[in-house]
Amino acid sequence: MIIVIDYGSGNLRSVAKALESVGARVRISQQAEEIKQASHLVLPGVGAFADCHRNLTASGLLPALWQHVEAGKPFLGICVGMQLLFSEGHEFGIHPGLNLFAGPVIRFATDMADPEDGTRHLKVPHMGWNQVQQTQSHPLWRDIPDGAHFYFVHSYHGCPQDPQVVAGRADYGIPFTAAIARDNLFATQFHPEKSQRHGLRLLHHFTEWRP
Amino acid sequence: MMAKRIIPCLDVRAGRVVKGVQFEGLVDAGDPVEAARRYDEEGADELTFLDITASHENRDTILDVVSRTAEQVFIPLTVGGGIRSNADIRRLLNAGADKVGINTAAVFRPEFVQEASSQFGSQCIVVAIDAKCVERNSEGLPLRWEIYTHGGRKPTGLDAVQWAQRMQAYGAGEILLTSMDRDGTKQGYDLPLTRAIADALTIPVIASGGVGTLQDLADGLHQGGADAVLAASIFHFRQHSIPEAKAYLRSRGINVRL
Repeated sequence: MIIVIDYGSGNLRSVAKALESVGARVRISQQAEEIKQASHLVLPGVGAFADCHRNLTASGLLPALWQHVEAGKPFLGICVGMQLLFSEGHEFGIHPGLNLFAGPVIRFATDMADPEDGTRHLKVPHMGWNQVQQTQSHPLWRDIPDGAHFYFVHSYHGCPQDPQVVAGRADYGIPFTAAIARDNLFATQFHPEKSQRHGLRLLHHFTEWRP
Repeated sequence: MMAKRIIPCLDVRAGRVVKGVQFEGLVDAGDPVEAARRYDEEGADELTFLDITASHENRDTILDVVSRTAEQVFIPLTVGGGIRSNADIRRLLNAGADKVGINTAAVFRPEFVQEASSQFGSQCIVVAIDAKCVERNSEGLPLRWEIYTHGGRKPTGLDAVQWAQRMQAYGAGEILLTSMDRDGTKQGYDLPLTRAIADALTIPVIASGGVGTLQDLADGLHQGGADAVLAASIFHFRQHSIPEAKAYLRSRGINVRL
């Protein structure tokens, strides 16, 4: 059973529906006991880093999440659900994260020149379809073309200290980390559940992933 | 590199797609879920439903349409029309919408945009702006646009550029900009308007209103400086398919997702 953690940060249904569409048995849960039974865990997240971190802490689900991660079972973070895995977020002040990946989550500058028109600045949030370069081979990237487009909506991005954990990179004024991976952890800044066929394929691989 | 987005828009009334046909009023144009699936398969980058169900009709039908669409379509879905409260937004997001479009309610009570973005995050708040040119110079070039409501009939006295900046400051994640002078004319987007708003903001701008040809899409992105282009009839009446539009934009040097 795949569990999508419900800690009051929206967008759960689209993640669950996308997983169902690739054949998975999925449950959205806010029960620690249920989360402990999960074969695979998904941490979604939209909104501000601090709000999400506070909600996740207040939900009382963190011990179950840690237990899952430490047991080596597959874990997928999406968008702010990826950002929360870093040591700290810089949105509305500096706030601690789960520190599974060392490094801060910082904002895109609003004065980055648009490469297609040097007289203009790139918009923030980074919203839309961007190409992801796969920087390591990984079971979740299988059969997905290198450079495939994925859907992003974010103003902040994680900066891992250890370059080895970068699984995908995209360019938006600067190169930034679009996916991270280590052992049983995989996380994407983009939304696979909104990234049409390539996103569904990644989710399908996640459901079959046995790290 | 970031791709420019093509967004087909479907007008939905009481659970059916409707299209305005000149001199004939609204005609039934099919099942919105079916249309959404077709656009998804063709490679649309996002979808927008504009709910034009009158307030006295059954407004819950849109929730059913959104829910059924979200089960089958895995690209971002924006739903606009008649959204007046955070409760309205929550219902649509729970049904499977990814973003909501706020229009008239923002004009009547701008703080609503602040409340919505602080509760749900800027990423899901699209502010829809209907603007009309109100001042031209002696050569006929547009100088100023104002916000209109009620389908372009009621002026509000609000300057369009200032209004867009205010909506950005209030937490809008994106602006859907419709030219009421061009909407339905097939003469192309109002490019000076689009450019003025796109240059004044740091958030993305979606151009809308007036598309008649594929070249209009390219012009909205190039000259208008929009980040995305929205169109209804050219796609809906199969004048052009999404792949045709993308192939054309690519031939004009615009980066699109294929």
